[in-house]
Amino acid sequence: MLKLEKLNKSFNGHRVLDSISTTFPEHETTVILGPSGSGKSTLLRSLNLLERPESGLYRFDDELFDFAKGFSTKEVLKIRRKTEMVFQDYNLFPHLTVLKNITEGPIQVLHEKSDPAKKRAQELLKKVGLGDKAAVYPNQLSGGQAQRVAIARSLAMKPEYVLLDEPTSALDPELELEVLKVLRQLAQEKQSLIIVTHNMAFAREVAERVLFIENGHVLFDGSNQDFFNTKNKRIVDFISAMTFENI
Amino acid sequence: MWDIITNALPQLIAAGLKYTIPIAIISFLIGLVLALLTALVRISKKGGAFYVLKAIVRFYVWLFRSTPLLVQLFIVYFGLPYLKISGLAPEGIKLTPLVAGILTFSLNTGAYCSETMRAAILSIPKGQWEAAYSIGMTRALALRRIILPQAIRVSLPPLANSFISLVKDTSLAASITIVEMFEVSQQIAAQNYQPLVMYCLVAALYAVACSLLSWLQGYLEKVTSRYVSNAN
Ligand SMILES: Nc1ncnc2c1ncn2[C@@H]1O[C@H](COP(=O)(O)OP(=O)(O)O)[C@@H](O)[C@H]1O
Ligand SMILES: [Mg+2]
Repeated sequence: MLKLEKLNKSFNGHRVLDSISTTFPEHETTVILGPSGSGKSTLLRSLNLLERPESGLYRFDDELFDFAKGFSTKEVLKIRRKTEMVFQDYNLFPHLTVLKNITEGPIQVLHEKSDPAKKRAQELLKKVGLGDKAAVYPNQLSGGQAQRVAIARSLAMKPEYVLLDEPTSALDPELELEVLKVLRQLAQEKQSLIIVTHNMAFAREVAERVLFIENGHVLFDGSNQDFFNTKNKRIVDFISAMTFENI
Repeated sequence: MWDIITNALPQLIAAGLKYTIPIAIISFLIGLVLALLTALVRISKKGGAFYVLKAIVRFYVWLFRSTPLLVQLFIVYFGLPYLKISGLAPEGIKLTPLVAGILTFSLNTGAYCSETMRAAILSIPKGQWEAAYSIGMTRALALRRIILPQAIRVSLPPLANSFISLVKDTSLAASITIVEMFEVSQQIAAQNYQPLVMYCLVAALYAVACSLLSWLQGYLEKVTSRYVSNAN
């Protein structure tokens, strides 16, 4: 279980996350929604310590960390092994083949042996529908393929949580679908997912929990059903605006 | 004229093989190590005592980039013998011409190449660091496995240019009594009174060497950019 308490983060004196408290239960899919610039990415990146909030508590299972006190290198590495980030623009390693992109973490960081790591990478590639792409370089992949490799790369680390920051925003609609299908399967397998997305239909289908953020504040934190049936005007407006966009 | 050339050529090539090429290669290799260390210090995020090291390293780069190489050679070879440090070097620092030459060329090319490497490292997108951190890499591991391999490809053309410059600059070693190729050409010209032929001949030899290096550069660039070509 991942839990945040009173998270505060500013950029140049501008408060981006304002006393955010929430819990991300294990084996559930949480979707983070909200207008652009509301702090979704900053929140997600804080979970992986790519951003460091000035204050707030971070609880990971039985361990409690205090952002105000900072993290030791060891703690940072520990948290990053349990949480894997999938980026909007994939960030595959261009100098490594698809297979090596996936085995790099297991071999270099987890010190797994090369053969089992490769075998598992192949399985993961099959799982995301790219069993035949092991030997190619990332520049030969379409955006949708690249993002599926990035997802496979994150899964290879056997993380407790996979964090996805608008994983399909850079993709054409038909390529978006092949990525969303993979994510739906992961959700069904009860992999813990935290997804920032603008795709309402997808959010509605896979989210068990929804976190709605606006101006760095949590406006809604609850079940999928409650979110899509809410009477809160700001949220109703947001949903209809976003849904219209997707038609 | 053929006689002049066929007589001089073996001597020139011998001097090239004995001094010009070894000096260039050794100095460049030492320079690359210096450049990498310097670049790493300069991009380091460490504070504390590292600030002193950063200041030293910046001074070094500034010094060697803002003074002429010939003057640097003179200071190291002719000047340092007058630098008397009681205890350490009471008699002054006397270096053999070869050591003084290699030292100066290494420091000089190291200063230039460090800027190249620093720029190359900084040119790798932030997302590459973040992806490396996300799979649990330390900064050192991310640098070694993810950033440097990409930075080396980026820095290959400018580094090759530096090496080609260095090959030509080794001719300055003649001024500190190293009998490299250019010095030999001067000596022969003084004997056969054919300065035009001799200096054109030695120029041609430098040109041949540098053309070979350009070709090698092109080959290396092709090999290391497998993954950026044929994008769809
Ligand atoms: N590295 C940064 N430096 C300065 N401001 C930033 C930085 N990252 C994000 N911000 C600002 O913080 C706010 C929230 O950004 P972000 O978390 O990316 O929002 P979202 O992902 O919801 O669109 C925005 O106003 C953005 O401009
Ligand atoms: Mg964002």
